[in-house]
Amino acid sequence: MLLQINDVNKQYTNNKVTNTVLDHVSVSVKEGEFISILGPSGCGKSTLLSMVAGLVKPTSGTIMLDGQPIQKPGKDRGMVFQQSALFPWLNVEENVMFPFKKEMNKQEALQKAKHYLQMVQLSNYGKHYPHELSGGMQQRVAIARAFTMDPKVLLMDEPFGALDEQTRTRMHGELERIWLDTKKTVLFVTHSISESIKLSERIIVMGTRPGRIIADIPVTLPRPRRFDAPETIQLEKQINHLLKEEIDKVVKEELSYAENR
Amino acid sequence: MQRIGKQLVFFVGLVIAWELIVRAGGWTPDVMPKPTDVWEAMKRGFSDRTLVYDLQASFTRLFIGLVISLALGTALGILLAKSKTADDTLGALILALQSVPSIVWLPLAIMWFGLNEKAVIFIVVLGGTLVMTINMRMGIKNVPPLYIRAAETMGSKGIDQFIRVILPASVPYAVTGMRLAWAFAWRALMAAEILSTGPGLGYTLKYASDFGDMSLVIAVMILIGVIGSIVDLLLFQRVERNVMKRWGLETN
Ligand SMILES: Nc1ncnc2c1ncn2[C@@H]1O[C@H](COP(=O)(O)OP(=O)(O)OP(=O)(O)O)[C@@H](O)[C@H]1O
Ligand SMILES: [Mg+2]
Repeated sequence: MLLQINDVNKQYTNNKVTNTVLDHVSVSVKEGEFISILGPSGCGKSTLLSMVAGLVKPTSGTIMLDGQPIQKPGKDRGMVFQQSALFPWLNVEENVMFPFKKEMNKQEALQKAKHYLQMVQLSNYGKHYPHELSGGMQQRVAIARAFTMDPKVLLMDEPFGALDEQTRTRMHGELERIWLDTKKTVLFVTHSISESIKLSERIIVMGTRPGRIIADIPVTLPRPRRFDAPETIQLEKQINHLLKEEIDKVVKEELSYAENR
Repeated sequence: MQRIGKQLVFFVGLVIAWELIVRAGGWTPDVMPKPTDVWEAMKRGFSDRTLVYDLQASFTRLFIGLVISLALGTALGILLAKSKTADDTLGALILALQSVPSIVWLPLAIMWFGLNEKAVIFIVVLGGTLVMTINMRMGIKNVPPLYIRAAETMGSKGIDQFIRVILPASVPYAVTGMRLAWAFAWRALMAAEILSTGPGLGYTLKYASDFGDMSLVIAVMILIGVIGSIVDLLLFQRVERNVMKRWGLETN
């Protein structure tokens, strides 16, 4: 196992009220797997990803990467956020070089940046600044930047959540191509069932209050996957059903909370 | 272009109205000079070089004072943003001082440094440093957390993160701080020059006033205003706009 999330709990205490965000979450990830994490808003998807990144510590439980416990952020885990998180004062090349700029001379660094920009088909935009790029292009730069670190795991938190439908579809194609080329291990958080079916080998469905895993579904459909194939539609229905129960539960809780005030 | 046209018409109209009103009122130049009198005084000042020396002297002090202010303000701002203790103590003092016009320090400054350049520069430094400090502190405190998280996942932390992420991310605030520091320093300089010694624009203004030369007084006032707005418009506002655009903070 490349990544082992063992019985992780996460609680936040605010004004003496303890809120359990993640409850006994365990996931094992094999090298080269593309795993989507799907769940209603607030179920702790970002929290789980941030813990793997080392930005947030679990209240209990361990996360092991390659047999080593995760203590702090490191370059062996690349992260792509919902907003591109590019640095606006650096141009595209300089952004891509950020993680490794100090490790090699300028010429080599530039060469490396160009290589990864080519991977996301933005070779011609090296000298542009982030504010001159569309949202989709910014996300591609962020993906290139994460890939330059050659991380063991790539963590993506709704990377296409802020994009319009057409751009999203194109980005799915791009990401699928890159993943097939590199076979990087990916943890991909999303709200979109179709997105998770299109891209992943495995879909982890989470429930909420407290956040926990309610299903772990392998996806074996041949690629490229068509959104209108009967198997796709079947799978989509199955996941939709699982999520609907969770969302109904949230709505019910919210209503009874409102009534009891 | 349309805007500049309107402004031109407005200012030309203003000058003509001023000329006509003073002529109609029949005031003498030692009470209320006409634009033509002011123009003559301005020409005289430049041809006998007094105003040239004044400008040189004022700008030298301003430049020295501003450089010290910006350096000191940046350092203090960083200190306040990074140290809770410094922020609670020194920060409170700086906020309090901020509401005291720097010119009121002049009597003390003259006691400490004598009636000379140093006292004036001290007032200018006080005028500029406090706003620079406050803005720099805000800039560092308001770095988007997303940038910090991103930097951490890319292995950048501590001093490296501070230099490569936090400082550049705070540049928009620093630029605003510089613009305000310039404005405060410019005002402080004029006040200090009027109340202390020359050469300098402020000093010439007081000198002209002592001799009842209201034409020269107004000429100097116009110089002060024109220089103030030109530097603000052509230098600081332009830099600020470019930075806001590059940093993606433009609202429109
Ligand atoms: N620093 C924090 N302090 C207190 N509570 C927090 C904190 N961070 C997250 N939470 C809570 O943890 C829960 C899960 O948050 P998280 O951001 O992981 O959800 P999510 O599944 O990513 O949701 P979304 O799909 O909306 O992004 C939320 O209820 C949130 O209020
Ligand atoms: Mg989230």
